[in-house]
Amino acid sequence: MDALLSDFFSAAQLVARPLPQFGCLLPAGFPSPADDHADAPLDLTRLLFRHSASTFLARVSGDSMVGAGIHPGDLVAVDRARRPADGSIVVAVVEGEHTIKRLRQREGRTWLEAENSRYPPLPVPAEVGLVVWGVVTHVVHEF
Amino acid sequence: MTLTMYALVDCNNFYVSCERVFAPQWQGRPVVVLSNNDGCLISRSDEAKVLGFKMGEPYHQVRPLLELSQVKVFSSNYALYGDMSRRVVQVLSEFAAGVEVYSIDEAFLDFRGMNWLAPDLQRYGEQLRERVWRATGIPTCVGIAPTKTLAKLANRLARKQLNPVKMLNSKAECQAALAQTLVGDVWGIGRRYARKLREQGIMTAADLAAQPESWVRRYLGGVVGGRLWRELHGQPCLEWNPSEHEDDDEHLTPGIGRHSVTHTRSFGCPQQELAALSEAVATFAARTAEKLRRHGLAAHLVTVLLGTDRYAPGIEPATRTAVVHLPIATHDTPLLTQAALRGLRQLHRPGVAYHRAGVLLSGLETAGQGQLDLFTSLAPLPPARLQLMTVLDRLNNQFGRHTVRLAAAAGPNPGWAGRRAYQSPAYTTDWENLWQLK
Repeated sequence: MDALLSDFFSAAQLVARPLPQFGCLLPAGFPSPADDHADAPLDLTRLLFRHSASTFLARVSGDSMVGAGIHPGDLVAVDRARRPADGSIVVAVVEGEHTIKRLRQREGRTWLEAENSRYPPLPVPAEVGLVVWGVVTHVVHEF
Repeated sequence: MTLTMYALVDCNNFYVSCERVFAPQWQGRPVVVLSNNDGCLISRSDEAKVLGFKMGEPYHQVRPLLELSQVKVFSSNYALYGDMSRRVVQVLSEFAAGVEVYSIDEAFLDFRGMNWLAPDLQRYGEQLRERVWRATGIPTCVGIAPTKTLAKLANRLARKQLNPVKMLNSKAECQAALAQTLVGDVWGIGRRYARKLREQGIMTAADLAAQPESWVRRYLGGVVGGRLWRELHGQPCLEWNPSEHEDDDEHLTPGIGRHSVTHTRSFGCPQQELAALSEAVATFAARTAEKLRRHGLAAHLVTVLLGTDRYAPGIEPATRTAVVHLPIATHDTPLLTQAALRGLRQLHRPGVAYHRAGVLLSGLETAGQGQLDLFTSLAPLPPARLQLMTVLDRLNNQFGRHTVRLAAAAGPNPGWAGRRAYQSPAYTTDWENLWQLK
């Protein structure tokens, strides 16, 4: 065992020997004029997780929101801390289950609306009240 | 005046609360979470507590009763709890400059001087609690007091009195809180000391605080007892940082009091063979080494522990340990693995069935600041080796935990791994198990 480990060390040291790195490979002449302006690559997670403590990613499995551009298999970012407003796409808790719908205030009532004509709007009974788990902020769709 | 105040934020029934964030149908219904290997109850919802289920009860003993009472049972899902804990701490850090994470579900906030920014600290505590709940879905209790020990005590009372934010703002309030707290419930007083104190007629924390300091020093381990006494009197002692015993649970005591890193696991079925035990110990050593590096620490001592059946009657102690001393503190996986395996060979007795094993690293110091030993010829590791560890951590972070490992350590799903029959998916940390929405 010890012998094996020490073999690993020497092999690993060979592998891990640092190699010099250059932004451009020019044996002579001018270095790349862009080297002075190098920025970190754009990071989409900073957009999706603007509030990283309260934002959760989820995979969508239903087709009730296709009209809003949310398709089965898409990823959605859900921010728990964002306050829902009329027209927000929300994750609501209905009968103990999470569902993704559009929140509507109409005729003095609260509705959860699908964006798919196959699903009728769902009125929220006033006596039960609505539990909004979070607000959908982004969708990631792969074509 | 700059006021000295600490807050202790404690997540209510943390593991159960994490499960409920993603399974709202269990809100308001009894739920328990089992320890590694589905061994015993380690987190209970309030409803399960009312039904009489106790912390630490072996699952196999209470299983029929749990089924009868229709209690929802989860195996522990540390990937989920770890991520939820990170989120809670992130919110807390918006509320105080000093956040000391005490355990996976508790953190101290340093409110020193905060009265300039938030004159009403009670209200500030309520806002903090509301914000944690909104961001993460985790309910908390907050205790606010002049010392950490009193904050912990206030937190306990908050939990008991169903008044989620409790502040001890005056001598009288502190005194009342001390009188309502049994001496055994004071932070840092273990069962043994509690019994000793009760024999002396000291029943409550107030009784203890009423003794002269010299008395407490004599009966409660000298300087440590003196610190505890002063903390109870509202005088903060920065060195005061008792650790609480945690078993079968990844536990790192961070902050000032960080003094060990451990990884302990129960086996799915008892193990006798040195080969299987070596694989497990090497795996645990690698995990602890990884944690050391994440915190920029190096360890001098490697403790290996092997446990036999805790519930079996017998005279033999259930857990045995071996300690291996390293001349130079290190966070190098191969060196720590070698040391752990040496410890294991000392411990292992042929024919004994082991139920648990673990690796504990202690004698911690900040990496790279170690003293060289005058009397050994050992040189510190070459820089390339440190770089190798950095690369190893990066690869394992990016491509999954088992991407690069020593041959001595186990791959995914080793034969000795524990049972997790009722585990929820790692909703927030694994693409394959991502939270599903309809």
